[in-house]
Amino acid sequence: MTTDSTFRTEMIEAREAPNQSRGVLGWFRANLFNGPINSIVSIVVILLLARLVWPFLEWAVIDADWIGTTRDACTGEGACWVFISARFETIVYGFYPEAARWRVDIVFALLAILVAWLAIPGTPRKKWVALFTLTGFPIIAYFLLVGGSFGLEYVPTRAWGGLMLTLTIAVVGIVGSLPLGIILALGRRSKMPFVKGICVIFIEFWRGVPLITVLFMASVMLPLFVPGNLDFDKLLRALIGIMFFWSAYMAEVIRSGLQAIGKGQNEAGQALGLSYWHRTGLIILPQALKLVIPGIVNTFISLFKDTSLVLIIGLFDLLAIIRAGLTDSNWLGFSTEGYVFAAAVFWIFCFSMSRYSQYIERRLNTGHKR
Amino acid sequence: MLRPSTTLPRRGRGPLWRNPAVRALIIQAVLFLVLAIVVGYLVHNTLLNLEARGIHTGFGFLEGRAGFAIPQTLVEYTSDSTYGKTFVIGLLNTLLVSALGIVAATIIGFMVGIARLSPNWLLARLATIYVETFRNIPLLVQILFWYYAVLRALPSPRQSLSLFDAFFFNVRGMVMPDPQPLDGFSATPWALLLAVVGAILFGLFAKRRQASTGQALPVYWIGACLVIGVPLIVFLVTGSPLEWVMPKMTGFNFRGGINILPELLALWLALSIYTAAFIAEIVRSGILSVSHGQTEAARSLSLPEAITLRKIVIPQAMRVIIPQMTSQYLNLIKNSSLATAIGYPDLVAVFAGTTLNQTGQAIEIIAMTMAVYLVISLTVSFLMNLYNARTLLKER
Repeated sequence: MTTDSTFRTEMIEAREAPNQSRGVLGWFRANLFNGPINSIVSIVVILLLARLVWPFLEWAVIDADWIGTTRDACTGEGACWVFISARFETIVYGFYPEAARWRVDIVFALLAILVAWLAIPGTPRKKWVALFTLTGFPIIAYFLLVGGSFGLEYVPTRAWGGLMLTLTIAVVGIVGSLPLGIILALGRRSKMPFVKGICVIFIEFWRGVPLITVLFMASVMLPLFVPGNLDFDKLLRALIGIMFFWSAYMAEVIRSGLQAIGKGQNEAGQALGLSYWHRTGLIILPQALKLVIPGIVNTFISLFKDTSLVLIIGLFDLLAIIRAGLTDSNWLGFSTEGYVFAAAVFWIFCFSMSRYSQYIERRLNTGHKR
Repeated sequence: MLRPSTTLPRRGRGPLWRNPAVRALIIQAVLFLVLAIVVGYLVHNTLLNLEARGIHTGFGFLEGRAGFAIPQTLVEYTSDSTYGKTFVIGLLNTLLVSALGIVAATIIGFMVGIARLSPNWLLARLATIYVETFRNIPLLVQILFWYYAVLRALPSPRQSLSLFDAFFFNVRGMVMPDPQPLDGFSATPWALLLAVVGAILFGLFAKRRQASTGQALPVYWIGACLVIGVPLIVFLVTGSPLEWVMPKMTGFNFRGGINILPELLALWLALSIYTAAFIAEIVRSGILSVSHGQTEAARSLSLPEAITLRKIVIPQAMRVIIPQMTSQYLNLIKNSSLATAIGYPDLVAVFAGTTLNQTGQAIEIIAMTMAVYLVISLTVSFLMNLYNARTLLKER
């Protein structure tokens, strides 16, 4: 056997990666300055950030005034968040009587627990919790918030406001529009021409008009529809309008889910001799609803954002309460702080919901995707 | 002992309610009855209520004198005009802000959407931040922010911020130069029209030529030269018959020039920025929806990058983008009704606001307002369905 000198017998040392592609500098080179156009773009973006974002941060955080209770605490260099903290209670509870605010707290806590239970995957008995959220919880919340029975003091809806009202409208909106949307979506796919026609007209009508006109209609036309002596609560009117409006959007989301379920599922149910409601309730809907959870969450985000529109018909939701604070003669000239705070609160809610919807989408998407 | 039954079950028709056709009929009849009773009850109540309040139904009120001024009127309007005219003014203002918003939102949206896919890390992140910020803040908050916190905080006309000494920003809005056509200006629009027609004809010719000979002409460049160049030459040849009336500061306010209301600016800014965030997402998802195999196939045919983009990626992405984009445009038109929160004189603010308060004709006015939005929505969705049917992927 001869030794073959063409082959190397021992390993050679691994060479170090080129200096230019490693570390922070390498990252910069690969992601920001690879080529002349990208370099220019990066520089422009950095300049833009320096001109716009930095002054905002400076205003909102670094130079801002955080502590104090009166206007004197504002130095005037940056934002004065004292404006918010001084009226924080009002922003959360509106004009709800102070002695009864524990009732709002209980409802808030219950809502938080239920939402967390439903949102976190792997918690047991989801179906029953969902059922309770849609039926039992609204009833409990109603008796706690309105009062007037079980020895609780009656609080008229006039006194409701702030974050509490915003959440109430949002929750009632979703709890009302989801079942209504399911019925409408099923009706739109019905083979009975009259049922289908009514559902199509209903859905297309609400989807075709702006929510503002719906709220106007609810506030000026609904009182005309009921017998003259009946006192019709302003909040209730708005809630009815919001529920109808969003049920149409919900119906279209659910319909897209129903369409995604193969025909074979329904036919298999028929072959087993199941009735329409058994097929729909036990086979089609559970699959369809699971498919459209992201769509439902997205509709809920839109609904949540649009609760702010009730300020136009004179309800004091989160935004309206902050706006009312801006007209306080002790606190004139803080509109930027007020609107930025309102934007931040809405943003936190909507952003977390949209993140959640993306997370669910990823979890449900078990297909093959590049 | 169990034995197979020797008698077959009776093959009758069964009870009537087991028959699907009969059952469907009964259900629909019951639904119809219930609806009829509910609607009848509501109409009955409404008529009683209207009578009790002494309101006469009907559209006669449209002939009445309006008696209020509107800050922005695109056509002739005085406070002596009729209520019917306020409807027209409001509608035109709605259409104006919608058109402006659609153009701006499309431009910003496309830029941000493409920026999100940029290989430049910083640019892509910035675009993501833009989308996530503006998409998750209610439009109403944004409108109020731009109006009260930005535009209402601008200085008085005397201390206006100026841009090129032609555009002035102050608390009363924006003042910009006003173009006044002189004699002979009418030739330029005609030249533009001719150039557009010429460019389209040239495009058709080039397409046919490419189909028969395989040689492509630089259609886009020549077309652009035609559309821009011809009107420009005509404009210069006729002696630049356009005069710009510059805004001048006299006393406490500007004289001359076009004054754009701060309400319009705020609404326009908010609508475009908000809708652009959604359009950016649509553009991004549209481009990503084109399967990777398509670009790979184009590359293996050694098509240049630009052609791949123009002839392969964009046409397929458009199929996803356009339907969603139209629904965003519709949303923008509907959202423009939020104008009423800052007092921009749109259809809802003028007609469903002031006119309704003055006349009290709630039913007629709300119905007319809703009808406008419904007609716009239904027309657009009808056109969209036609488009969808045409561009539907033909499969098996």
